[in-house]
Amino acid sequence: MELKDIEKLAKLARIEMTTEEMRGLQKDMKSILDYVDQIQSIDINNLPVLEYSNSNVFREDTNPHQSGIYTDNILKEAPDTEDNYIKVQKIL
Amino acid sequence: MNLNEMTIEKAHQHLIKGDFSARELTEAYLKNIKEKNEDFNIYLEVFDDVLKQADQADKLIKEGKSSLMTGIPMAIKDNILMKGKKVSASSKILKGYKATYDAGVIKRLKESGAIFLGRTNMDEFAMGSSTENSAYSRTKNPIDPNRVPGGSSGGSAVAVAMNGALCALGSETGGSIRQPASFCGIVGLKTTYGAVSRSGLIAMASSLDQIGPLTKTVADAEIVFNIIRKKDILDSTSVDYQEKKYGELNKMRIGVPRDFLKGEGINKEVLDNFKKSLQKLELAGHKIIDLELPLLKYSLAIYYILMPAEASSNLARFDGLRYGSKKTGENLFNSYLKTRRSGFGKEVRRRIMLGTYVLSHGYYDAYYNKANKLKKIINNDLIKSFKEVDVIITPTSPFPAFKAGEKIEDPMVMYYSDFFTVPANITGIPAISIPSGKTKDNLPLGVQFMAPHFREDLLFKISKEFLLIYE
Repeated sequence: MELKDIEKLAKLARIEMTTEEMRGLQKDMKSILDYVDQIQSIDINNLPVLEYSNSNVFREDTNPHQSGIYTDNILKEAPDTEDNYIKVQKIL
Repeated sequence: MNLNEMTIEKAHQHLIKGDFSARELTEAYLKNIKEKNEDFNIYLEVFDDVLKQADQADKLIKEGKSSLMTGIPMAIKDNILMKGKKVSASSKILKGYKATYDAGVIKRLKESGAIFLGRTNMDEFAMGSSTENSAYSRTKNPIDPNRVPGGSSGGSAVAVAMNGALCALGSETGGSIRQPASFCGIVGLKTTYGAVSRSGLIAMASSLDQIGPLTKTVADAEIVFNIIRKKDILDSTSVDYQEKKYGELNKMRIGVPRDFLKGEGINKEVLDNFKKSLQKLELAGHKIIDLELPLLKYSLAIYYILMPAEASSNLARFDGLRYGSKKTGENLFNSYLKTRRSGFGKEVRRRIMLGTYVLSHGYYDAYYNKANKLKKIINNDLIKSFKEVDVIITPTSPFPAFKAGEKIEDPMVMYYSDFFTVPANITGIPAISIPSGKTKDNLPLGVQFMAPHFREDLLFKISKEFLLIYE
């Protein structure tokens, strides 16, 4: 993995990084990926794989809670608010 | 009041007989915390309403409305939400955040009248095996302060081991309850996936995370487990627990995955201790059966693909907008970059990057999909094995408690701590770590038993017997 790949990943992950940190990560990720790559040596074509037995769990969309009863508590935790809104920088 | 000998059952008997009050019991633990917390860094916060909670419990006891957990002082890992209380997952990114609701397990424990002493230190976002990754400095091992207590539930384990709580809650994703339990010489239970609600647990890897107890005795782990296991409408992966009973099963068939024990880097004292444990079980009339599970040794590689993948997606929510700390840049994108740069510690950033990589276009099939398929194959292999044996035994950790700083610089060396514990997480089966003696240097060792899904009863039964024959 090259340094520019690390840089791209850091952007995707939304984490600011210095070049030095990226170099450190390059080394760490290589050693971790070398280790996990051992699964590539297992041929799973001859092994039976069961289909997903999981299924989605839904609930009925009924009995809503009274509107606004949680708003104050939740807004209190946001770093930046105005009136009943969370404030964000403009994106356009 | 002798806290060393205290168990939930004993404390309950004393409380209802009036030998001491919940307030007195709680004060005894608070005194210990006060003496030890500064040196060992066990609790991030001791709650200011602890005695009020104790008085409430005393009221219930007086009114004859108490249950086993009423008035029992507990420690709670700092990734489990309690309404109105701070919770940070030992991360700077959640600095100042107060939970807006109770976790499912906290609701259950509140109903039972348990007392929450405070929130315990952990590896940031439960990522680590030594509690060195906390943004609020490391927790120390109770036997040797130069060593780590294990992790990520290190604070909870030390709280119980040093009589800073009668019992504690921790969480597991790859061994974070069992490994610190073994490093501190106590009992730790990883519960069956789905048995305990994850609602209100700060998520690391949702398909692996489970809450469970850390306790001094197996009976205590059983009591806490019976309280917290329940289907919760707020966690769609939780299920109704189908309680099974071991009934007449007195002698068990105990499986040993021999191939799995041949890995490099397993400490000799750990292996010798394990062999001794097998001999004792055999002497007590249990049958030791060798198992062929050739894929089990790949569990750690599978885990270090699935866990970062899920973590990178779960931790995307920490963007500085809705909660916690925020750093503002010249535009929204830069604010994200700065907030996450300053809020997340090194290990968390590493795992987010790793997860982003294995999920990225072109690598998804080779890593995430293949790991998921292998996980299912290993699950099938284990289910098949459980037709031949009742439980499977391995050491809990490849080595006893290590020195602080010894493994922190090399992530793969640290990750190896999870070698024996991760199979239970990727397959969802329950597993328990119990003390199995000590090394020459007096460091605790542990063995773990694994059982089929929802067969915690087998774990409790064999563990209680194991501890009896060990003494």
